[in-house]
Amino acid sequence: MSERILVGTRKGTFVVKKAGRWTPRLSGHAGAGSNFVAADPHTGTLWALLGHGHWGAKLSRSRDGGETWQDAPQIKYPEGARYIGHEMPSEDGSEAPTTLRAATLLKLWHIAFGPQGRIYVGTIPGGLFVSDDGGETFELNRPLWNHESRGGDLFSGDGTGVTHWYGTPASEGEFAPGIHSIVPDPRNPERVLVAISTAGVLETVDGGKSWRGRNKGMLNDYLPDPAAEWGHDPHYVEQCPAQPDHVWQQNHSGVFYSADGAATWTKVSEPELGVHFGFPVAVDDADGRVAWLVPGRSDNQRMAIDGGLFVARTTDGGQSWQRLTKGLPQTHAYDVVYRHALGNRGDTLAFGSTTGNLYVSEDRGDSWQAVGHNLPPIYSVRIAAG
Amino acid sequence: MAKVELTRHLYSFFPELEGRELHVEASTVAEVVREMERVAPGIAFYVCDERGRLRMHVNVFVDDERIVDRARLSDGVGPHSRVLIMQALSGG
Repeated sequence: MSERILVGTRKGTFVVKKAGRWTPRLSGHAGAGSNFVAADPHTGTLWALLGHGHWGAKLSRSRDGGETWQDAPQIKYPEGARYIGHEMPSEDGSEAPTTLRAATLLKLWHIAFGPQGRIYVGTIPGGLFVSDDGGETFELNRPLWNHESRGGDLFSGDGTGVTHWYGTPASEGEFAPGIHSIVPDPRNPERVLVAISTAGVLETVDGGKSWRGRNKGMLNDYLPDPAAEWGHDPHYVEQCPAQPDHVWQQNHSGVFYSADGAATWTKVSEPELGVHFGFPVAVDDADGRVAWLVPGRSDNQRMAIDGGLFVARTTDGGQSWQRLTKGLPQTHAYDVVYRHALGNRGDTLAFGSTTGNLYVSEDRGDSWQAVGHNLPPIYSVRIAAG
Repeated sequence: MAKVELTRHLYSFFPELEGRELHVEASTVAEVVREMERVAPGIAFYVCDERGRLRMHVNVFVDDERIVDRARLSDGVGPHSRVLIMQALSGG
């Protein structure tokens, strides 16, 4: 089956095709940050989530496989959308009040495609935007925006004044929360999981009318209560398309696995093997017990472990892990792989790093080949049908 | 009518504007942006955010003066003004 690798980078969108060998091509958006690139499986349209340094976040799409790109109708926060911000104390030392900020689009971070053609986009600050018309119009999901965990309804009043959604350094200059993982249930258009760094995982089972936390079994190592309801730091959440009850989470505090649709999580890290800290996770298309990670060294360093790059694979739901190193550098490697920069489809996997290296495996991670060493810093890697 | 000049960087997003003389009927910078949106749909969201505030790394000059009101763009524009929409130099 022919495949394309879609790569979002700090300096544009690349499409990597195999013609004898895998070859990257700058597809568009030269010079612009391309945070996430993915193909809509229903229409084949390619979507790129852009961040122009000067001109703001923009949605771009291609209907010809990446030959040409056009601005899509743009996502905007509705009038009255506010969120609780955390200010630094002022220069005279007085305590800064918690402020209500008017939301404007800081970053487009993740796009996901649900059953019946529904499209979801996750943004900073903390918005889930939903389209039921193929991306012509997007609407902010207000029950999630107004969720009690982030201070209640700030459209109609001042809410509770307390938010459990904190900020992320990925927020383009402002310290605001972001939705980086959207996991629509392919069996049920009413059910979606989302994940927010420093908040946790939330689920709707009624098409977005209500949301509840799904963090049972999560443990953190940076709050007074490791099992607090909120404050968990999922780095990325992914499911098995054929077995959506099998959900994986690479988290700040380890690797977590759920076999019951995120109702309960189990920590499956293996720190002795280096399988603990990292950002991305990929789950096999067919078998929910099979997952891959690209671990890094601790939250303090965020580097490849001891200068060697490896992919970790489990085939038994995280009970055991294999270190896969064939074809990957084992000395002088300082690659960091971002949360969206590991993709898989069938037996093919690909990941890209902040140092511009792109690696592909066509045998489920057993061996790897370098496709490029000098790409811009890589933000996202997804594999689509050719 | 005020004459509008754009940084060449905007032409890569709005190639239809390249080489065109742009004149708009406007008495404030906000009206200039509104009129430009009619000429080139989408351009207002490049220059301003969805609350109508000038983006942090964008500058607008009326004649030789940088505008003061970046929140509402209420700075006045005369019938013979030259309005420049520029990319702010943000360091380096």
